[in-house]
Amino acid sequence: MYDLIVIGGGPAGLAAANSAWQKGLRSILIVERDKEAGGILNQCIHNGFGLHRFKEELTGPEYAARFIDMLKETGVELMLDTMVLEITAGRQVHVISAKDGYQVLSAKSIVLCMGCRERTRGAIGIPGDRPAGVFTAGSAQRYLNLEGYMVGKRVVILGSGDIGLIMARRMTLEGAKVLACVELMPYSGGLMRNIVQCLNDWDIPLYLSHTITDIRAENGRVSHVTVHKLDENRQPIPGTNLEFDCDTVLLSVGLIPENELTRAAGIQMDPRTNGAVVYENMETSVPGIFACGNVVHVHDLVDYVSAESERAGAAAAEFVLKGQREGEALELKNGADVGYTVPQKIRAQAVEKAADVFFRVRRVFKNSVIEISDGEKVLASFRREHMAPGEMEHILLPRKILDQARGGQITVSAKEA
Amino acid sequence: MIDVAVIGCGIIGAAAAFELSKYQASVAVLEKENDIAMGETRANSAIIHAGYDPKPGTLMARFNVQGNAMTEQLCKDLDVPFARIGSFVLAFSEEETATVRTLYERGVENGVPGLQILDGDEVRKMDPEVSPEVVCALYAPSAGIITPWEYALALAETAVRNGVELHLSTKVTGITKIDGGYRIETTKGPFEARYVINAAGVYSDVIHDMVAPHAFTVLPNKGEYYVLDKSECGRARHVLFQCPNQDGKGVLITPTMDHNLLVGPNASSVSGPEKTGNTAEGMAFVREKAAKTMPSLTYRNAIRNFAGVRANTDKDEFQIAVAAEHFIDLAGIKSPGLSSAPAIALEAVRLLGTCGFRPEKKADPVLTRRKKRFRFMSEEERKQAVRENPLYGRVICRCETVTEGEIVDAIRSPIPPCSVDGIKRRAGSGMGRCQGGFCGPRVVDILARELGISPLSVLQDGAGSYILMSETKKEAQD
Repeated sequence: MYDLIVIGGGPAGLAAANSAWQKGLRSILIVERDKEAGGILNQCIHNGFGLHRFKEELTGPEYAARFIDMLKETGVELMLDTMVLEITAGRQVHVISAKDGYQVLSAKSIVLCMGCRERTRGAIGIPGDRPAGVFTAGSAQRYLNLEGYMVGKRVVILGSGDIGLIMARRMTLEGAKVLACVELMPYSGGLMRNIVQCLNDWDIPLYLSHTITDIRAENGRVSHVTVHKLDENRQPIPGTNLEFDCDTVLLSVGLIPENELTRAAGIQMDPRTNGAVVYENMETSVPGIFACGNVVHVHDLVDYVSAESERAGAAAAEFVLKGQREGEALELKNGADVGYTVPQKIRAQAVEKAADVFFRVRRVFKNSVIEISDGEKVLASFRREHMAPGEMEHILLPRKILDQARGGQITVSAKEA
Repeated sequence: MIDVAVIGCGIIGAAAAFELSKYQASVAVLEKENDIAMGETRANSAIIHAGYDPKPGTLMARFNVQGNAMTEQLCKDLDVPFARIGSFVLAFSEEETATVRTLYERGVENGVPGLQILDGDEVRKMDPEVSPEVVCALYAPSAGIITPWEYALALAETAVRNGVELHLSTKVTGITKIDGGYRIETTKGPFEARYVINAAGVYSDVIHDMVAPHAFTVLPNKGEYYVLDKSECGRARHVLFQCPNQDGKGVLITPTMDHNLLVGPNASSVSGPEKTGNTAEGMAFVREKAAKTMPSLTYRNAIRNFAGVRANTDKDEFQIAVAAEHFIDLAGIKSPGLSSAPAIALEAVRLLGTCGFRPEKKADPVLTRRKKRFRFMSEEERKQAVRENPLYGRVICRCETVTEGEIVDAIRSPIPPCSVDGIKRRAGSGMGRCQGGFCGPRVVDILARELGISPLSVLQDGAGSYILMSETKKEAQD
């Protein structure tokens, strides 16, 4: 019986395990499906990681290495090349590997760190032929950075998520011609710094309020893409077509938390995030099972994943060493122009000083205010110069504000100041 | 000179080859694509129809009902996923109620077992998400769902194990009559055969015209589909048809043997058999029609679109006949072709007999096939599988839980695949919600390793569908 089993050895899992060790747990196992730890960071060879966490610019593998090195100082076990098939609410973990076969492991606590997957062509229903040459940006990144292969020479990118932007620059550096980055929404889905450094610096045009309306194939491979401008109902405007001869389409059209194991364990899900509903300490609806990182909600920066996961790891340690947190939970609700909140529930009396709350706004704001209310009265407000759906917002709600909330709920909304 | 050449290895060519492989005859199958089941067979509704649709007295009616009855045992023997889940034809009005009655009578005349007309409430009791607007339905308990490419693979693999030669990437370019048979020109050189079976699907008119006077024209007709995630599978418990119209059987909603939900097709005539692209209009049509059957349906969890081209002809009937001396058409096979396949194969052998070809049966042909599918194994079976082969402990496709063991087995199967999609059709990897985003690069690796080729040579699917274009920087040479 382990004190803690961490599902996934990416940035979330590494930070959660390390934190649980620091908080006193001594029998901790990380189960990782790949042949090495680090998760998606291993293919993110660009820099820009760790500015918040380490106050320096690291590449993805370097950032992962920092945490892997920290773990080497601990007694945390790392089980690689092993797939988790099932997790039960009774905290049994079914795993399988070529080396050790099928095993059923038990744990006093579990932290879910499975990360997310990319939305695909099928999820968004792009019309046209279905040839080779249509990749999710992350798959193309894996081929390029880990396997050493170029997936194409003339590229159109759909979606302006961060991985797509990073790949625009990366493919250009490797000699490909990136013809366009096409975004359905009137604003970018990625970080501003990536728009500047990955598109503008390389003269790659960004077409906002546009989408791919047709993909054509020649001899089994992408040969042509048609792009249209969209009206306010996101319908293609006839006559606005742009035509691109290209061999590759990269998709960066969103990430989906990978929660099949979570659902199968009967853990309550939040349809807004596609992740588990969590309390202030990242505990799910099943006592002793915690979740953190992109499996809960998609983050912009790994630094925030690490911080959230350290809280989850510490909470797992607290659960094992001291027992479960008590107390009534406040419900967090998303008000005007806020898409979701994490956590969704806060047990105010368990909060020492303040609770971290993360959320995304639904549209671009300039000179705005985040308002916290209990449905009747405004409890607090936070000024922001700029907010956008591509950038996750974070506020700290002090205990004394939580204690003022009446009616068992708190609403987070955004508006112009 | 071989005894029989079968042109085309879709479900019909595969079923004919399987049937012929039971006899002491030399048989070659010529397929123009780099894998079998690359046309209509891999892109259809995946239904074994009950047989109430075709007009009584037609070959379609006869072979559908007969084929349906044969399918269950055949799928048991060859380990093909098949389930007789039953189907409904839903009526939304008085007029459609009359259609349902006509279909019932037609079905009874065709010999379809167990047909019933149920009222709307009875239908919704059996399939709760069916529209409240449905007033009654024809219930056909003998209808089933199947994995069509697996069905064709099972038949063709077993035929190959019985000695049938399968020639892939072998396109027939011309046929000439020679003494005692035919000379068939192909992109891989000539073949000589005493008898020829034309199972060329959407190209069956072209093959026919190489030998016999023009008799029918294929009018390629495209159907587009949505595949929804496993989370949506439970929305339909039966095959849910609407009343048929002049365009075919209409938009249906059905669970699949892989526990997805399949929605489609529309019907639109296209200029050629290769026009299998999806269109915004076609997809919108499918969504609109499906909403009538199931107002609660959403596409939030769609994972894939596809389209297939039907071999409709200018005749509303299968073209199954001795078309010239020693030349048999199994042509113009549209729906219910998949359902009819094993019966059509029997008919092909009978027609060869009428041409004077009556070989002896083999003493001991292979008639069974077994396949390991990790995702459907119990915990004990999984433990056993890994003990026997450690590669069954390495999960390559997370969404569908497909192991490296199954992928390697597929590569070493009687009809080895050469593409990522060929692996997908055999092992199921990449079929799920991430559509190969995770397992794709891993499958490329395994294919390259097992076939001893560069990853640059690995194909996504058909000829030319290269995944990777070039290597990046190579390691510095010393």
